[in-house]
Amino acid sequence: MTATTSRAPLGRRRLRDEVARVAQAFATPLVPGDFLDLVSPLRTGADLRGRIVAVSPETRDAATITIRPGRSWRGHVPGQYIRIGIDIDGVRHWRAYSLTSVPAELGTLTITTKAIPDGLVSNHLVRRAGPGTVIHLDQATGSFVLPPVPPAKVLFLTAGSGITPVMGMLRSRLPELHDVVHVHCAPTRTDVIFADELRTYASSGRLRLVERHDDEHGILDLADLQALVPDWRERQAWVCGPTGLLDAAESHWGAAGVEDLLHVERFRPTLVEPGDGGTITFLGSALDVEADGATPILDAGEAAGVLMPSGCRMGICFGCVVTLRDGAVRDLRTGETTVAEEGDPVTIQTCINAVAGACHLDL
Amino acid sequence: MTLATEPTTLNSRISVDGTSERPQRPAYKSSGRANPAAHLTPAQIEEIGVELDRVRREVMDSRGARDAAYIRRVIAVQRWLEIGGRVTLLGSGVKVKGIRPAFWLGTAALSLAKILENMEIGHNVLHGQWDWMRDPKIHSTTWEWDFVSPAAQWKYKHNVLHHTYTNVLGRDDDLGYGILRVDPDQKWTPFYLAQPLIHWVNAAFFEYGIAAYDLGISDITQRWPGMNEGERAEWRRNASAVLAKIRRQVGKDYIAWPLVGLLTGAAPWVVLGDFIANSTRNVWANTVIVCGHFPAGVETFETDSIEGETRGEWYLRQMLGSANISGSRLLHTMTGNLSHQIEHHLYPDMPSNRYIEVAPRIRALMERYGLHYVTGSLPRQFASVYGRILTYALPNPQPDRSRWQTIRASIRERRGAAFTRSP
Ligand SMILES: Cc1cc2nc3c(=O)[nH]c(=O)nc-3n(C[C@H](O)[C@H](O)[C@H](O)COP(=O)(O)OP(=O)(O)OC[C@H]3O[C@@H](n4cnc5c(N)ncnc54)[C@H](O)[C@@H]3O)c2cc1C
Ligand code: FES
Repeated sequence: MTATTSRAPLGRRRLRDEVARVAQAFATPLVPGDFLDLVSPLRTGADLRGRIVAVSPETRDAATITIRPGRSWRGHVPGQYIRIGIDIDGVRHWRAYSLTSVPAELGTLTITTKAIPDGLVSNHLVRRAGPGTVIHLDQATGSFVLPPVPPAKVLFLTAGSGITPVMGMLRSRLPELHDVVHVHCAPTRTDVIFADELRTYASSGRLRLVERHDDEHGILDLADLQALVPDWRERQAWVCGPTGLLDAAESHWGAAGVEDLLHVERFRPTLVEPGDGGTITFLGSALDVEADGATPILDAGEAAGVLMPSGCRMGICFGCVVTLRDGAVRDLRTGETTVAEEGDPVTIQTCINAVAGACHLDL
Repeated sequence: MTLATEPTTLNSRISVDGTSERPQRPAYKSSGRANPAAHLTPAQIEEIGVELDRVRREVMDSRGARDAAYIRRVIAVQRWLEIGGRVTLLGSGVKVKGIRPAFWLGTAALSLAKILENMEIGHNVLHGQWDWMRDPKIHSTTWEWDFVSPAAQWKYKHNVLHHTYTNVLGRDDDLGYGILRVDPDQKWTPFYLAQPLIHWVNAAFFEYGIAAYDLGISDITQRWPGMNEGERAEWRRNASAVLAKIRRQVGKDYIAWPLVGLLTGAAPWVVLGDFIANSTRNVWANTVIVCGHFPAGVETFETDSIEGETRGEWYLRQMLGSANISGSRLLHTMTGNLSHQIEHHLYPDMPSNRYIEVAPRIRALMERYGLHYVTGSLPRQFASVYGRILTYALPNPQPDRSRWQTIRASIRERRGAAFTRSP
């Protein structure tokens, strides 16, 4: 019995591999999928993509984006996030967004984005991307989730767009949660994302909501938490918001000796500010090299003995292209800087770029 | 932590800084021919560099959604043409009033597809023209093309050697590809007597010629003894990569699709259609390329003229070492915009659809500085190239003896050498 059930899928898998190999012989040097993408970019087996089906405003600078994911979508656990890749002015950018939808609802998923000042992707999503746009997706990931058996007492502490992963949890798990306090901070009353929904939960007694509006109450000081939620030390806490709040929460919970009750989600893992020179980390060679802002990375790497691909050494052949995982580089021809943040790598030519802030290279 | 202490001097071709003292160009090259840029002072050449950098910057800063849509559209059209052409060819078994419409239609579509794939897509993607889109599917590091020379090997030979050392005698092997003599400053040997014919053989099997050329097959027996173990291993790796690529390419065109043709009774027509499409693409690519560098008016450079070359001088060499083909939009697309060879050589990583808009500015600049912007229709440029192939098949005329005498003497010399070598 067991033998047959395990052999059948294996046989089918072999057959599928065989079919793929034959199809490849017809499509080389492309892959069969390149042709199938012409008609069906969201089909099973394609790279995961999605189509925006609606963009609905939440506040003056936040909107919920409804996306129909391709058939390869494997679903998510509330609280997790996805990375989306979207082409803006012809250039693909990847950013992470927490899922706000209930898993498996209607075959669509939602994210809720707050446009930040000068924010490229967030402004594009909130103000310009329209229904029909095809975007690239990654499977959901992240460990900022409720355990399968929810704790008896829960505290959610969120600020601004940090409400999003928590909203995902509330929408699908609230019926299982019996004692929830939610402290939410926003600049003003009208800036509260999902305000109606939160206030309805509160008025129907399903959770205790503490709204803090910076313009009325001032920015939340965690010393006040004791007054707002006297039993906070007994609660499993999920905290999401700006870096300042998260850093403060980590030291506050740490100081109280209850850091194992704290779960945080950071929207902004690293901050890259382009400067002049810095450390280049060659990930493949496990080597750190210090270089100034006038030396091409190619030269710095070679001087340190890294096997650098190269060619013309003047920026025209693209023989020196490598992936910059994160960091900043400056083009020695134009002075222009290129920044890669964790999760949104870019490829750079090492012969005409110098370091402009600690760099991690795939070499 | 390792410190990059080795003081490194910046490649002089990276930027126009005007700090290096450059000599005035002599009026004549050492071959005795006039130097086309002798009238320009080093300061003027740097001015040209500054202006060309400015044009580059303007266009590169304005790359955007329109350009991205362009390349994606071309790729989609190419893929539809390819799949459409191949499927149509499968219907070649059907005869209508004595002709086989599916055969001709399918072959035409597949030929167009192969031309677009190599010229406007492959060549340009491999130049990194579309890397800025950060789309891993349209990227110089991931693209593989429908051509037997593997992308990686071609990229080195073409992007590095040809584009850096454009038309420098002895440095740029693209100058005649080692089989054609297209410039009087190239040394003559009796081998070149056959070049009017060799040109056509090379054109018809261009993709194999390029693969052999990228691999450096012609002189491997001479080079082998001087190569170390690492170099030999690398050469073997490259050679097996070429063989594997040939297997895949041949497998697709002459085995996989014809096998399906067996089911529809079109197998021999599929083979023939694929062969015609490959050959059409080969002759077309070859024609476009020879018209880009070998028509009359294009300059060559001496090896020592590029020592310590500045960015301005490099730009100058690109402009003088290339030739354009004038014509319609369709012609530009089908040549992969190599009809704008001059602009392509100045800005090899600029998206090809933008060359047409910088062309008038480059032409005006060259005219302003008294430089010859070589351009002409395809028939005119090709006639000029073929004229040179005929002319330079023969040795240069010399004051003390006729061409015929030079040919006879050199053949006799070779025969003698062969004779003394044999036991
Ligand atoms: C796990 C995870 C989940 C996330 N979930 C959400 C979500 O649900 N909703 C949401 O709106 N955003 C979310 N983000 C943040 C999101 O990924 C982007 O960072 C944000 O939208 C800004 O991108 P941008 O392209 O608009 O800004 P950029 O153009 O990249 O940056 C513009 C300026 O803002 C700064 N900046 C960049 N990111 C942030 C940030 N997060 N906060 C403050 N300043 C920033 C930059 O340093 C720069 O100065 C999440 C991030 C992570 C890592
Ligand atoms: S080495 Fe040629 S582009 Fe960098």
